[in-house]
Amino acid sequence: MADDPRPFDSWTCPAPLSGGGQVLLGHGSGGKLSADLVRDLFLPAFHNPALARMDDQAILAINGLRLAFTTDSFVVKPLFFPGGDIGSLAVHGTVNDLAMGGAQPLFLSAAFIIEEGLPMETLERIVASLRRAAADAGVQVVTGDTKVVEKGSGDGIFINTSGIGVVPDGVALSADQARPGDRILLSGAIGDHGIAILAQREGLEFESTVASDSAALHTLVAGMLGASKEIRCLRDPTRGGVSSALNEIAGQSGVGVELDERAIPVREEVRGACELLGLDPLYVANEGKLLAIVAPEAAESVLSAMRRHPLGAQAAIVGSVSAAHPRTVTMRTVVGPTRIVDMLAGDQLPRIC
Amino acid sequence: MCLAVPGKIIDTEEMDGIRLGRVQFGGITRQACLDFVPEAQIGDYVMVHVGFAISRVDEDEAHRTLELLRSLDLLAGELGPPPETP
Amino acid sequence: MKYIDEYREEGIARSLAARIARRATRPWCLMEICGGQTHTIMRYGLDDLLPAGLRLVHGPGCPVCVTPLETVDRAIEIASRPDVTFVSYGDMLRVPGSKLDLFRVKAAGGDVRVVYSPMDALALARARRGRKVVFFGIGFETTAPANAMAVFQARREGLDNFSMLVSHVLVPPAIRMLLSSPRNLVQGFIAPGHVCTVVGWEEYEALARDFRVPIVVAGFEPADLLESVLMLVAQLEEVRTEVENQYARSVRREGNVAAKDMIGRVFEVCDRKWRGIGTIPGSGLRLRQEFAAHDAEKLFGVGGISAEEPPECISAEVLQGLKRPTDCPVFGLACTPEHPMGAPMVSSEGACAAYYQYRRHSIPREKEA
Repeated sequence: MADDPRPFDSWTCPAPLSGGGQVLLGHGSGGKLSADLVRDLFLPAFHNPALARMDDQAILAINGLRLAFTTDSFVVKPLFFPGGDIGSLAVHGTVNDLAMGGAQPLFLSAAFIIEEGLPMETLERIVASLRRAAADAGVQVVTGDTKVVEKGSGDGIFINTSGIGVVPDGVALSADQARPGDRILLSGAIGDHGIAILAQREGLEFESTVASDSAALHTLVAGMLGASKEIRCLRDPTRGGVSSALNEIAGQSGVGVELDERAIPVREEVRGACELLGLDPLYVANEGKLLAIVAPEAAESVLSAMRRHPLGAQAAIVGSVSAAHPRTVTMRTVVGPTRIVDMLAGDQLPRIC
Repeated sequence: MCLAVPGKIIDTEEMDGIRLGRVQFGGITRQACLDFVPEAQIGDYVMVHVGFAISRVDEDEAHRTLELLRSLDLLAGELGPPPETP
Repeated sequence: MKYIDEYREEGIARSLAARIARRATRPWCLMEICGGQTHTIMRYGLDDLLPAGLRLVHGPGCPVCVTPLETVDRAIEIASRPDVTFVSYGDMLRVPGSKLDLFRVKAAGGDVRVVYSPMDALALARARRGRKVVFFGIGFETTAPANAMAVFQARREGLDNFSMLVSHVLVPPAIRMLLSSPRNLVQGFIAPGHVCTVVGWEEYEALARDFRVPIVVAGFEPADLLESVLMLVAQLEEVRTEVENQYARSVRREGNVAAKDMIGRVFEVCDRKWRGIGTIPGSGLRLRQEFAAHDAEKLFGVGGISAEEPPECISAEVLQGLKRPTDCPVFGLACTPEHPMGAPMVSSEGACAAYYQYRRHSIPREKEA
């Protein structure tokens, strides 16, 4: 696509970030620090219309075909966790980023950055899992890369996957499409992935039966799009949780989002862990859930379509889009009053007080 | 200050001279030190703060408070909405 | 979850709010000392349920927030050493020192870890005998028995690589200081239920008597807090100044004797500086001399590090209820949870951070009022 000359007033400089001059873990948390990094460094550096949409995938029109293109890196500890591993996660994460654009995922790349000394058997298990997940999702891994770094320079293994899919005609999903009156649909209980990982963290361990919800969501999305074309936007609430995803939509669409706390499904195990560690499930990561912003008249039919799919059996309408307080997410709490659901600066930390 | 969460003791053991218990919090289980609640037994609920039980939940008191609160709820229903709403 | 869900029922909250509105015939100003209770109030929007004249002031009860700047600097100094594994409760990592916070120490290569319990820190010391494991022992009376037990157990097991940087604070001296101020506005106190679970409420009876102020020991769920407000309003309307216990399911008058005993064996009372407030006599705990071998301040020679707090912050007035967070000229502008300038913006239990996180949408309305 042609490079349009940009108007003078949209010129921006990649200004250095304020505050310390060091990258912190929080910059990768999916919260405010991540958003700042993207806004202040990456967006100005690479400015173009496809990137400016700020969705989970870029939509590229080439010879009349609309391609969805995305990339994601996976750095999970432990490598194997209840409900999945870094291999299956690397497929699901990228397939889902494509699916959130309404695309049919087709091809993946897989790049492995391996720390010297990783047992070969571990690598084989991860690759087998990745292969299985790709086959289950109906995508092929068509290109790849391998690098090995010195012991101590990596955390066992990091995987990057990129993906390409095709967006069907008539589908145009984007985070700037939410309109007042739209309903917010959530495909199931939140926080499973984050809590399953946290349960394994040294120093915080607890016994639980929570498994990661890691799953490929494209067939769920296809079912939803089959039920109605009045879906404005889809997001999978990964890092930063439901809160970050909805704050991004509210910001990009210039609307308010109003949640109903009682309508949000949370598993008893996830609630228990959150109570114990002082965490809010709205900020905990998911890897197999989606949020849909749907026109009010289509909400019920999309909801039924979701519930017919195994990954959407617990789907619920959890709120609506409003013209009041634009760019802000609020929630009616279980006891009645309303509060703000802010984006966190960095990772949510267990608290003692 | 001081997040403490009620959980149910599901078993107990001695280790390094400390009385430990597995305590269940809505579907997850974590070990907690029971040295400060010698009276607490398996099946009891304890308030746990940073891995230490700091009290045994008094079931009778909890019941009493709740009954009182629920009776207020009924009463308020009969009385209708409050004179001034914020 | 039992003992949680039933105290979050909307019907109970509404009827308590209705009764408070009926009972209050004039404006009252109450303070919840405890940051956990502030968190509940903000998290559920409970202040929206209260009549307009009833004001809740959010007190200085967040141990993370009131840990003095110089203690954070000392922690950072210790955590930066290559032979140290520095272990902390999670929310302490974000607290800014003069130049850095523990997150940045970690980013620069420091071995900084988060645990849920001091016993997890002890386990790290057992597993890494070659490293000096230092635990950041902060907290109020609630946390003191746990931290005391960790030191006690370290000595019992001969874990000479385990030490603690202690910055414990005590609630009653802070209440006494607030009430002694000629500018005090607070007419009734919601006392911290988990602190009282450990130490009981005898000391609070002296406060109620000396300052003729009603005090209600309260739990942490929405219904607990609303009921305690109702109990305080009733006392104020009836001109009573007693200590009452709303949180009877956890708190006994004498507290937890075994826990108090452990605190007394390991810690002794000392003067302590509070971030944003200053030194309050007799408001801290430090390790007894016999545990000096586990005292990180002594072992690492960091006692001399001192720091001045930024003058812009009005936290002392906020924490005393003399000003609201939104009265501060830098609130939400130069001072945010990402770049806190003062104690109450540091942890989500801090008055300013709680306001910022949960209440911003109501700020314009309040400023008009």
